Amino acid sequence: MLKVEDLWVNVGEKQVLKGVNFEIPKGRTHILFGKNGSGKTTLLLTLIGFSNYKVVQGRILFKGIDITRMPINEWVQLGMGVSFQRPPTVRGLSTRQMADICNRSGMDYTNLAERLNFTDFLDRDLNVGFSGGEMKRSEILQLMLQKPDFIMLDEPESGVDIENMHLIGEVAGELLQRHLNRTRKRSGLIITHTGYILDYLNADLGYVMIDGAIVCSGNPNQIFSTINEKGFEECAQCVI
Amino acid sequence: MCHLTDQQRLLAEQAQEKVCPYAEDIDLNGYIHEPEHDQVPTYDKLLADERETLVKAGFDVDDHDRAASFLQVNHEIGHCSRQTEGVEVMPMRQALEKYDGLPEYWWQAVKLDADKYTAKVALDFDNGYFIRALAGTKTQLPVQACLFMNSEKVLQNVHNIIVVEEGAELEIISGCATSHQLKQGLHLGVSELYIKKNARLSFTMIHHWGEEVMTRPRTVVQVEEGGTYISNYISMKRVRSLQMYPTAYLRGRGATARFNSIVAAPSGSHLDMGSRVVLSYPECKAEVISRTVSFGGDIIARGHLIGEDPSVKAHLECHGLMLRKHGLIHAIPELEGRVSGVEMSHEAAVGKIAQEEVEYLMARGLSEEEATSTIVRGFLNVAIEGLPASLQKDLDELMAKSDEGGM
Repeated sequence: MLKVEDLWVNVGEKQVLKGVNFEIPKGRTHILFGKNGSGKTTLLLTLIGFSNYKVVQGRILFKGIDITRMPINEWVQLGMGVSFQRPPTVRGLSTRQMADICNRSGMDYTNLAERLNFTDFLDRDLNVGFSGGEMKRSEILQLMLQKPDFIMLDEPESGVDIENMHLIGEVAGELLQRHLNRTRKRSGLIITHTGYILDYLNADLGYVMIDGAIVCSGNPNQIFSTINEKGFEECAQCVI
Repeated sequence: MCHLTDQQRLLAEQAQEKVCPYAEDIDLNGYIHEPEHDQVPTYDKLLADERETLVKAGFDVDDHDRAASFLQVNHEIGHCSRQTEGVEVMPMRQALEKYDGLPEYWWQAVKLDADKYTAKVALDFDNGYFIRALAGTKTQLPVQACLFMNSEKVLQNVHNIIVVEEGAELEIISGCATSHQLKQGLHLGVSELYIKKNARLSFTMIHHWGEEVMTRPRTVVQVEEGGTYISNYISMKRVRSLQMYPTAYLRGRGATARFNSIVAAPSGSHLDMGSRVVLSYPECKAEVISRTVSFGGDIIARGHLIGEDPSVKAHLECHGLMLRKHGLIHAIPELEGRVSGVEMSHEAAVGKIAQEEVEYLMARGLSEEEATSTIVRGFLNVAIEGLPASLQKDLDELMAKSDEGGM
């Protein structure tokens, strides 16, 4: 579904991604691990097409179409969806209005908002004064309404308390069709620091990103325990 | 019939050349002021597109959902209806006759010799509206008034008075507009607003001018103890030159004033506008909020709070967005504390739309244009909740125009 070929990306003058290659087939959920500043969020925001992230080399193929230089909204229409780690605040735009923008199928989302404990926030300005957990629930609600085929979650657990982590994990698992096992149709790329989200997903493959490149891949749970035990340095050692 | 005392007439005559310190000086001789008594356009005779313009200025031509309606076309009354008990709506000239010249209100708030424009209105007054809510009246529906110009190069001299008696609550939607055919015109409007003890007035003014129109509204509001004045001002169309600086005097304990303005200036517009509040009594409060967007036009956004009692609280906010390569937004907030203890603050910002916000909305499927206009609407919404649908369309048209210098 998504294929990234030799992707080099600059942010301003700085070279951040240095030849990233990977492929996520239909129905597969892949996990991206890496230290702060290793380039994970840059990869994700490049994939969604944000203008600060300049592709200097390589290409991104989504459903076989080269989307490297397409406007963001066209990628979205092709079926990409993202939950941002730190979405911007938009004053004067209520979260409900944003939900309506996402809700192209026009579904009734009263129950969904209720389930996410989010009903009281719908009439507040988007992300204005939201806590980490409130932002994440807002992002997940928007994604649920967008119904993308390819889902990217950027640290869905950051700033979220345990109770809400469970809620977000459950919903993320549903979004990524965990219950369908091998017959899943949706694909995902998940960035995680804490690994909590792994308990709620059927993750198929894990990557480790160090200094703007993917240095290894393998069983995500194994990678996560190695990182926990020995730190990212061990992963770097393995490559060298 | 003369509506001025000898003393007033003398003052007005002496002020005929008095230049206003703000905005460009207008040559009053360049406009035509000849009341056309023989061809008064009545309400029903307005052209279809003129009626449409009235709608854009907030005027409901069918009188639905309105407590009463008043329409003046050029110098004459086009329509005046009163449908609600407890609210008087009548042409100003009629009110002057009926109430012996209204000495309590007539030129008691606005200074007749403030500048050449007030002097002109004093000496050459056409008409205007007199609206009064009787004590204790609380209307459910708004009263609507519209001052319309459809004769080329016309000079319209209007004098309005609004009185909200003790404990009454009134909502007024006042539109000022010109027909599509009219290129040039000058509107001079004096408005004197009196809000009595514990009364409340919500006054929404919508300007929908022609491209070469000049206008100089002159408004002063007096708010007594416990009274509340809420002003919402909206202007979305190009206007050659607008200058106004309405002032509210809070003249009793706990009096409150709130001015909310949203203004879009297309290329070729020059707007010099602000709101001033003088807080002179204990526990008076004021809030002045403006949201301006330049689409290549010039906006000077002023605000002035004057605190004269230690317990007053007031806040001033001028935020501007520049959406084209050219244009001007000049925010001039002023705070004047005249006694220790006042709490007054201001916040001013002029900038562009954050690209991050645009891309966030694009990541939810909106095109760049849709995302930008959604953000601009939100930006304006902060000042006035729920822009009327007809104005929403004007804003969308402005947003869609990319030929004014590009983003």
